[in-house]
Amino acid sequence: MAEAFPLFAPVADRALLVSFAEELDETAHAAVLRLARALAETPLPGMEEVVPAYVSLLVTFDPLVTDHAAVAAALRARLSAPATAARAGRLHEVPVCYDGAFARDLAAAAAASGLSEEAVIAAHLAGDYAVYLYGFAPGYAYLAGVPAPIRLPRKAAPVRGVAAGSVIVAGAQCIVTTLTMPTGWWVLGRSPARILTGDPAHPFLFDVGDRVRFRRISAAEFDRLEAAG
Amino acid sequence: MSRAVFRVVATGPHASIQDAGRPGLMRYGVPASGPMDRGAFHLGRLALGAPAGAAAIEVSLGGLVLDCVEGSASFAVTGGGFVVEAGTRQLGSWSLARIGTGERLAIRPGPWGTWCYLGFAGRLVASRWLGSAATHALSGLGGGRLAAGQELVVEGATVLPAAEGPVPCPVWARPRAELAVVLGPQQRYFPAAAVEALLATPFRLTDAYDRMGVRLAGPPLTPEGALSIPSAPVLRGSIQVAGDGVATVLLADHQTTGGYPRIATVVDADLDGFTQLRPRERVSFRAVSPEEAVAIARSRARARAAAFARYS
Repeated sequence: MAEAFPLFAPVADRALLVSFAEELDETAHAAVLRLARALAETPLPGMEEVVPAYVSLLVTFDPLVTDHAAVAAALRARLSAPATAARAGRLHEVPVCYDGAFARDLAAAAAASGLSEEAVIAAHLAGDYAVYLYGFAPGYAYLAGVPAPIRLPRKAAPVRGVAAGSVIVAGAQCIVTTLTMPTGWWVLGRSPARILTGDPAHPFLFDVGDRVRFRRISAAEFDRLEAAG
Repeated sequence: MSRAVFRVVATGPHASIQDAGRPGLMRYGVPASGPMDRGAFHLGRLALGAPAGAAAIEVSLGGLVLDCVEGSASFAVTGGGFVVEAGTRQLGSWSLARIGTGERLAIRPGPWGTWCYLGFAGRLVASRWLGSAATHALSGLGGGRLAAGQELVVEGATVLPAAEGPVPCPVWARPRAELAVVLGPQQRYFPAAAVEALLATPFRLTDAYDRMGVRLAGPPLTPEGALSIPSAPVLRGSIQVAGDGVATVLLADHQTTGGYPRIATVVDADLDGFTQLRPRERVSFRAVSPEEAVAIARSRARARAAAFARYS
């Protein structure tokens, strides 16, 4: 695996996967964000979708209009152009209630990390998170930035029926879920924030590259925000 | 406007409302969804003279039974070779017919195929999400999965002048058991023997088959050193391989990113026919270059355009 990055891999008849590194790496992710932004500002002929991820970016195209070689050449030209100034993503403040039944794994996470429950909450609130990619299901935004003291491996077995809105962590990652699903991640709280906003003009709360801070709320405030939709 | 109303008497677990899908949102974790067999869906819509974007019902091997409780409408069934009973008439897929109040419309698996499309002349009322009625099965967002007892309403229901007759089934709408693939994009995580096994050995579809994808049975394609690769974007047609070497072909409701390496990706034009294979049927893979894949896409698009042009 001594290939030179960026690596351009053809995907069937209709896409290129551009990889900037083998392992998760901040420089590579910054390169993904820069290229995604450049393509959003000036799309390539025949380009259909741009999907950013940790260290790679997928560019899909219409094979009736263009092909892999033309898209790869255009992408190489973009990458060799002077880099546009990095732009900070928007900052979102996301409320979380860490109380009672919303935090079904808080006690276990505290035990596993050797901290008190309050210290786990404080660590989670101290994190400075960034949206690295969406995946798994609609609106599942992977936030990286969980502080080291509460980075825990996934649980041995997934738990069924974890409610939508759950704030779950595993390793350095955190997700505010949008569907009621099984998960092997640790459930630390529940947020009334809607990642799938229901607003056709802005259907998703976050874009890849945005930043997130969590804010602690009481159960009463959770109910009030939830009722307000 | 006239309307027709149907009550769902019985349905399999995978029957859902679909339209052409919601492409363009993969960066938010949203796959395009839409019909598993897009070509058959499209031909059904054209046979009814329905507008682009019209919704229809995708029926799986679990079948579907509807009672018409109000009005009448022409309908078309396209896709897999299912058995269709409309009132007292015995039909098959690839037919256009009418159904009226008091009649039962039953669709059951026939000699071949896994999915078929039931469309009505008129507008099937369906809830939309992000501009599309296509159901994303995992979340239920979009028009939704059908449930027994539910009522389906067709606004502006009409009976077409050519009320009964066959809908031509082009050769390309038959099941496809040999799929063209482009190796990669993460072929580098696999030993040469795994790539050889993918191309040399027939696989079988398993029962682990839904709108997200189908797991295959065959020789293990175990990747090496790929246990912790960062999640990367995936496409409909991606062949991803889990740590145990089991391959899954991702389909209409696929995850948009995933951490399993992709040994190869099926050329899009071969996917519709692939979805019409049934569990336990065989499928084999043939490697083509990216240039050949584009050529396949273009020639298949011409063949489809010719079939669609019969209706214009």
